[in-house]
Amino acid sequence: MPRVGLFIPCYIDQIYPDVGLATCDVLERFGCEVEFPKDQTCCGQPMANTGCTVDAIPVAKKFIELFASYDHIVCPSGSCVAMIRSHYEHLLHDEIEAGRVDRAKFKHVEKNTLELVEFLVDVLKVESLDVPFPHKVGLHQSCHGLRELRLGQCSELVSPAYSKAEQLLKTMPGLQLVGLKRVDECCGFGGTFAINEEAVSCMMGNDRIHDHEEAGTEVMTAGDMSCLMHLQGLLVRQKKPIKIMHLAQIFAGRAVT
Amino acid sequence: MIAAKHDHPTNAQKFTDNEPRAHWHDQAIWFVRSKRDKAAWTLPEWELLRERASQIKTHMLSNLAGYLEQFEAEATQRGAVVHWAKDAAEHNEIVLSLLQKHGVKKVVKSKSMLTEECHLNPFLERHGLEVVDTDLGEWIVQLLHEPPSHIVMPAIHIKREEVGELFHEHLGTEKGATDPPYLVNAARVELRQKFLGAEAGITGVNFAIAETGGFVVCTNEGNCDLGVSLPKLHIACMGMEKIIPRAADLSVFLRLLARSATGQPITTYSSHFHGPMEGGELHIVIVDNGRSKILGTPEFRRSLHCIRCGACMNTCPVYRRSGGHSYETTVPGPIGSILAPSRDPAQHSTLPFACSLCGSCSDVCPVKIDLHLQLLTWRKQIAALGLLPFDKRWGMWFAGKLFSHPRLYEFMGKVGRKLWPWLPRFMVYNGLNKWGKQRELPPMPKKSFRELYAERQRQKKS
Repeated sequence: MPRVGLFIPCYIDQIYPDVGLATCDVLERFGCEVEFPKDQTCCGQPMANTGCTVDAIPVAKKFIELFASYDHIVCPSGSCVAMIRSHYEHLLHDEIEAGRVDRAKFKHVEKNTLELVEFLVDVLKVESLDVPFPHKVGLHQSCHGLRELRLGQCSELVSPAYSKAEQLLKTMPGLQLVGLKRVDECCGFGGTFAINEEAVSCMMGNDRIHDHEEAGTEVMTAGDMSCLMHLQGLLVRQKKPIKIMHLAQIFAGRAVT
Repeated sequence: MIAAKHDHPTNAQKFTDNEPRAHWHDQAIWFVRSKRDKAAWTLPEWELLRERASQIKTHMLSNLAGYLEQFEAEATQRGAVVHWAKDAAEHNEIVLSLLQKHGVKKVVKSKSMLTEECHLNPFLERHGLEVVDTDLGEWIVQLLHEPPSHIVMPAIHIKREEVGELFHEHLGTEKGATDPPYLVNAARVELRQKFLGAEAGITGVNFAIAETGGFVVCTNEGNCDLGVSLPKLHIACMGMEKIIPRAADLSVFLRLLARSATGQPITTYSSHFHGPMEGGELHIVIVDNGRSKILGTPEFRRSLHCIRCGACMNTCPVYRRSGGHSYETTVPGPIGSILAPSRDPAQHSTLPFACSLCGSCSDVCPVKIDLHLQLLTWRKQIAALGLLPFDKRWGMWFAGKLFSHPRLYEFMGKVGRKLWPWLPRFMVYNGLNKWGKQRELPPMPKKSFRELYAERQRQKKS
């Protein structure tokens, strides 16, 4: 039974606790021994992406210490996983060189931190989910999941088509996936970008929503709650009927609310 | 005098304020991106080509001095005269002195982003010369007294009706005419006169071949050929990174360039120049203008791979919705947001943040520049230079402290959730809350995940 360290990003912990619980449910259903190290807070991405790496380094160091003992570290957020897998090395380079971060521990964490869907598909080899979900679902493929973790084919690249999330969603009884015009365009969240470039961010979000509306989406889902938080903000303000749910919630068979 | 700091978010907001226009702009450019996708898929070896192009560029940049010298020797051998300019001012002086030496008063130019970068047109005009941009889009923006908003489609931000109005005013076309063939023909007639009257032709350079001393200019309108075939003086202006080692490398780039730029298999005209025409003169001005500084920075060196196809602009969701002018740089979009801060980080400090870090630019780039990662690196440098706004800087300092102290983080979360339901709407949604301008904040749960998880574990044990 793989021993999984559950990494629940700060905003999911504080704002969307059910996404975390659904992640536990799914992992346990597939036989994982799940543990949540309670001293965790954040991976450091908000600071690093704003350029404030000095503020991100201590947070990243703490993260490595907390999670180094687990076989796998699983997180329901492509963006946070990409921070660890694609950006920690650069961020912590000097700390590792100076011996202030244990290289072996760092390497272990970097290699074994996985986004929930890729953990299910690549490690647990889950092929189907016998969880009924009789709704029209629109999948928002988040950018970091796609272009940093390659959880699906990126529309810019000439490469075979695949999508790890779609692969699982398609096996769920009653679930109907809708087709979008722009399959992997950014929703406009982008962390502090959503505040910093408010006008463009909201226009990007509204365009994503419009694409889903035309496709007939009832429930919009993604592997990143942050994208969904931004889109939800627009949907609720405009009183639009599309619901948002994280992939973990759909996999866990939560009801649409 | 301190130059006014460029402010992308404010410019972008002005652009999005006219929502139908911003949507039109987004869709027009997305159409080009879609054409690019189709064109890329016609070549099963696309990714291999990108890799090859990237390797050639890396090799070229590692041996740039040698290849530049080889190019100069070969070009001279073929009868061209090579000039070296360390910056825009020197470039402009060289061009002016060549024109003055030949007593030139009228110049036709074929699209060159380098001469835009050096602000050659206004410089020559100040010295009493007439300069006409002969690329149709470039000429339209010239008539409008605007800079190009895109490096490949300079007038992509202008609607057909506006071109009709402009041509009515300048060329006397029928009022209200918007029919493209009619307008294009009117432009053709007018430009033909300019070609015939010109005493010198200035062009850019897409690829300069070290091995042969020749160079290639890619256009869709044939205006480069026309502009340098009639006058006896041809001045070609190139950034020093335009070098490719061998003639055989050209096919790699020509196959990638047009497909990435507009979705065409190849540009309509790929004009090769190897030495001057009979009885004419060919001058090549090789310009540094900050490029060797970029070459000296390992983290940004790869931005010199750029072949100016504009694919990163077409794919960029921010560029499409904020327009090229919002960047206030000659080269806008993702690549412009990397190049501009290297000239002046203070002036362009908002550009690396005009990006949601979606990474589409890096995947679309035909020469594999890691654009979104370089933008991230710029953010770090801008922070290190103390150029971040106060609220961002201290906000992130505070976040760093909060996330380093789990108990404090937990406590603040609890307090926030307790207070939240009691706050009146005006305290949450006001001018200070940019999130809330068009978006609701998420509903606050009563308990955090960690609290619910602890309860869940207790229940499991019992």
